[in-house]
Amino acid sequence: MARTMDTLHRGLTQTKLKNSPRLWAGFAIPGTVWLIVLFAIPFYAVACIAFGTIDPIFRDAVPQWNPLSWDFVQARQIFSSLATGPLQGVAIRTVVYVVCAMSLSFVIGFPIAYFLARHAGKRKLLLLVLIIVPFWVNYLMRMLAWVNLLSVDGLFTRFMRIFGVNYNWLDGSPITVILGLVYGYIPFLILPLYATLERLDWRLVDAARDLGANSRQAFRLVTLPMSKAGLVAAGILIALPMFGDYYTNDLLSRSPSTEMIGNQIDFFLNASSQPQNGALLVLALSLFLLLFMSFYLRSTRQQTRQVTR
Amino acid sequence: MALTNQKYNSPLRFLIWGYIIWSLVPVLIAVIYSFNDGRSRTVWQGFSLRWWITDPYASIFRNDETRNAISNSLVLAFATILVVTPLGIALAIGSQRIRGRSANFVQGLTSTPLITPEIVVGAALLLTFTRLFTAVPLGFVAQLLGNVTFSLASVVVIVRARLVSIGASFEEAARDLGATRWQALRFVLLPMLWPSVMASLVVVFATVIDDFVITSFLSAGVSSETVPLRIYSSVRGGATPALNALATLLVLTSFAVLTIGLFGLSTWRKRHGERGGLRAALADVTQLNS
Repeated sequence: MARTMDTLHRGLTQTKLKNSPRLWAGFAIPGTVWLIVLFAIPFYAVACIAFGTIDPIFRDAVPQWNPLSWDFVQARQIFSSLATGPLQGVAIRTVVYVVCAMSLSFVIGFPIAYFLARHAGKRKLLLLVLIIVPFWVNYLMRMLAWVNLLSVDGLFTRFMRIFGVNYNWLDGSPITVILGLVYGYIPFLILPLYATLERLDWRLVDAARDLGANSRQAFRLVTLPMSKAGLVAAGILIALPMFGDYYTNDLLSRSPSTEMIGNQIDFFLNASSQPQNGALLVLALSLFLLLFMSFYLRSTRQQTRQVTR
Repeated sequence: MALTNQKYNSPLRFLIWGYIIWSLVPVLIAVIYSFNDGRSRTVWQGFSLRWWITDPYASIFRNDETRNAISNSLVLAFATILVVTPLGIALAIGSQRIRGRSANFVQGLTSTPLITPEIVVGAALLLTFTRLFTAVPLGFVAQLLGNVTFSLASVVVIVRARLVSIGASFEEAARDLGATRWQALRFVLLPMLWPSVMASLVVVFATVIDDFVITSFLSAGVSSETVPLRIYSSVRGGATPALNALATLLVLTSFAVLTIGLFGLSTWRKRHGERGGLRAALADVTQLNS
């Protein structure tokens, strides 16, 4: 009864609050306009430059603001270059590096998040704080730390020399770049994983164990299906910035042999004056990532809906 | 059950402490080397404060370019906070309360920047400011607009989470007692929003002061160089431990702001009889609850 009254009351008050749509729209307008002008329109501008033309004298990109006269010659060239041409290596490398770094992050991050959520006991808050700390240490500082350790006379390099390992870590090593990506992004994986696992109803796992499932079966048949949505969302959350990363590569390798798509975008837009190619690569990357982004947005929206109802 | 727990406990405990050491020790070493007496960032030559303060040209607090970068970073962070906080709070309230198709549109628009890779936002804004909105010069103004755009979404997420947990009943009670809609908003809702506002301030400050990609794409050379840009450009050169000192300063600054924010948040909660303490405050600033 009390519950019905409560819902009834909430229903009434909500209708009252929602009753002044014009006021609330007024609140939303400035921010919305800001995002249209500085987030949505810039994407249109990228397309207009990508499908524009090149000034014959200054070799500069001339945007074509009218979508009806967009020119796809250069686009075709860049896309075929990504698929089969000189940029193919960059495209493949980007995907391979991100997949490797992601898998490694999960292998390290999942057990940690699991431990935090289930077995941390009395030390939970301390462990949580220690895990959150790297979250707030500047990314460049964390890369700088490794550059120091891995340089020719760095502590780590000298340490490895004791074991006869004489490896040039900072000169186009894919291993360094992949480990750098893991090091850089894993805090952003562990926290959402932990949040997902902590919310799980572990009594169901206990029930499965009581009903005779061994721990592996319980994990595969109960834990995993229950946490799947959260795992995928967390994975996407670090995959997106990894796909757009260029600074990790730039700091830890700086060699064309490990370049990812972000490095090409940075090169075309900041180092050379070929903004049209840069715009096309930005467009290609965004289209590729749109898939992950829409999936992520849909799953989080479902979650918030469940929470607010 | 207890037995299986035991079985999994020890290797996992080993792993988690190993991870913590792996994630923090390299940074600590970098911090220690900022006090190196020599010019090397890798070979220890004794303790000194020369890269922090005593060297009249190279120490971070005396070098003109570094001081310029520090002041640029602070100005950019505070300016972004000034613009993004009111904009974000209003957008959070508005977007939570409108309904229908426009609500979906606004919600999509506010959550997309949060997950768009920074390079995409930076590149798009760079192209926009150089070809379309050419009245916006690269440098401080462009960096400000870019950082506001990128951090707006996180303010909205934090404030919205708080709005959801407050619910509508307090405001309605105020309305029933004769407050106008504005009074209910100003004297009931806004004070209750305070912890989320404080969390937003902290998060935006830490994001902007650390931001590299957008600030770099929209910079106009030395005049708008921030601390991260300065660090980035000298990591692979033959930089002295002054680089470590500068990076340490950056980390210390965001930690100081975070600590103040966390303590402020948990004291506020305690004083207002809300549960959660430090855990809830941590969740506020890491956006764990989103």
